[in-house]
Amino acid sequence: MLSVVFTRPNRWRFFWKHTFLEIDQIGINSLPIVALMSTFMGAVIALQTASSMESPLLPDYTVGFITQSSTILEFSPTIISLILAGKVGSNVASEIGTMRVTEQIDALEIMGVNSLNFLVLPKITAALVFFPVLVVFSMALSMFGGWLALLVSDLTTTEIYILGIRSFFNPFHITYALTKTLVFGFLIVSISSFYGYYVKGGSLDVGRASTQAVVSSSVAILIANFILTQLMLLS
Amino acid sequence: MIEVKQVSKSFNGQKVLFDIDHVFEEGQVNLIIGQSGQGKSVLAKCIVGLYEADAGQILFDKRNFTEMDRYERSNIRQEIGMLFQGAALFDSMTVEQNVMFPLQMFTNMTKAEIQARADFCLDRVNLAGRNKLMPSECSGGMQKRVGIARAIAMNPRYLFCDEPNSGLDPKTSIVIDKLIRDITQEYKITTVVITHDMNSVMEIGDHILFIHQGKKWWEGDRHSIINATNPEIESFVYASSFMKEIRSLLQKKAQ
Repeated sequence: MLSVVFTRPNRWRFFWKHTFLEIDQIGINSLPIVALMSTFMGAVIALQTASSMESPLLPDYTVGFITQSSTILEFSPTIISLILAGKVGSNVASEIGTMRVTEQIDALEIMGVNSLNFLVLPKITAALVFFPVLVVFSMALSMFGGWLALLVSDLTTTEIYILGIRSFFNPFHITYALTKTLVFGFLIVSISSFYGYYVKGGSLDVGRASTQAVVSSSVAILIANFILTQLMLLS
Repeated sequence: MIEVKQVSKSFNGQKVLFDIDHVFEEGQVNLIIGQSGQGKSVLAKCIVGLYEADAGQILFDKRNFTEMDRYERSNIRQEIGMLFQGAALFDSMTVEQNVMFPLQMFTNMTKAEIQARADFCLDRVNLAGRNKLMPSECSGGMQKRVGIARAIAMNPRYLFCDEPNSGLDPKTSIVIDKLIRDITQEYKITTVVITHDMNSVMEIGDHILFIHQGKKWWEGDRHSIINATNPEIESFVYASSFMKEIRSLLQKKAQ
């Protein structure tokens, strides 16, 4: 399937137009859920860490440091990708699946359009372009949420929190997080497109394909997360 | 002209088409008829390449479609227009955008030329002024007409219609049939219509292929099918009480 997807588009104008539409649909439309999740998760991470800080040997800035590291390493790239697997994966599978059962894909093929390339490549491109933006946005909001929660609960000061955020910061962790995001984005869209494109039957089958797409994408993300962590952080 | 030579097709080991040989003539409305599940749509989908035939050859004006690669097939397909059973309009596009789509995709026409061609095609199917409607705002008959407009937009040499009258009332069905016949004669194209509607058979059946149990069972025209003595054709043609009534009237008249 992928060898057919990654061919030269019939018309670049259509490709770019569809890519921007997909950026809007699967990227910009995901901003509210990503913002909400990230702010609250950051707040909870900070509060949970603060509540566990019983040892006087631990410096005050530990809360900021743990919020920063858990957000960058795991929460933003992986958890947000899992959420996007649900939102974007089901959307992609049901959209392409509906086109399949209503013969719209056959209509494209009859016209001589490479339907896989026409439908899937803009989605993959949009995911690869915009998922990293969503994850960086999520990182920022998560740390903001942590700061807000600590401030409201009077558990630390802004200076100490920022000191924690900046402590032991490793720029490679950003590279690691964004690499994971690109892989996860590719997996979500290609797996969901596969389930949608090869669906057979009617609307019930489109629903089933959509569910399978979300489950398979999520499992693929978890496995890829493990492999990438082994490769990038431990080797 | 489309030639089908010894075409066979199986699904999961079950053979659904048995060595079909047939010629679909240019400038005529060629019908593929038969009961549901006999292989009509499978044959049509093999011809246009949506299904890969297990054996046999399909020739579009002597060009062997079965031996072509994806790129060559894409070129042939630009000469094919197809009207699908459910119209298969792109539901995210307006009526006009649906008709313009193949022109924008495959021609180097200017915006104005594309607009003019889309207007002409919509006018040809009596949908002038409905350009901005979404497919969901169109009735079944209108959707079929948009489907025809999109199918003829590229001036096809071959037109395929998969059950063009399904879900339509008898009056709208006649409009669609007439449109298919007129377009075929006007542009001298090879039209293949898959149907099990006897009204269509009698209205537009220049050349009829009857498929039964995946085999070519009979061929002829709309005049000869009425008098065909083959029991399978008889049971197909005179399946409805209305047709039975007509037959008894004709028989009485003959006596």
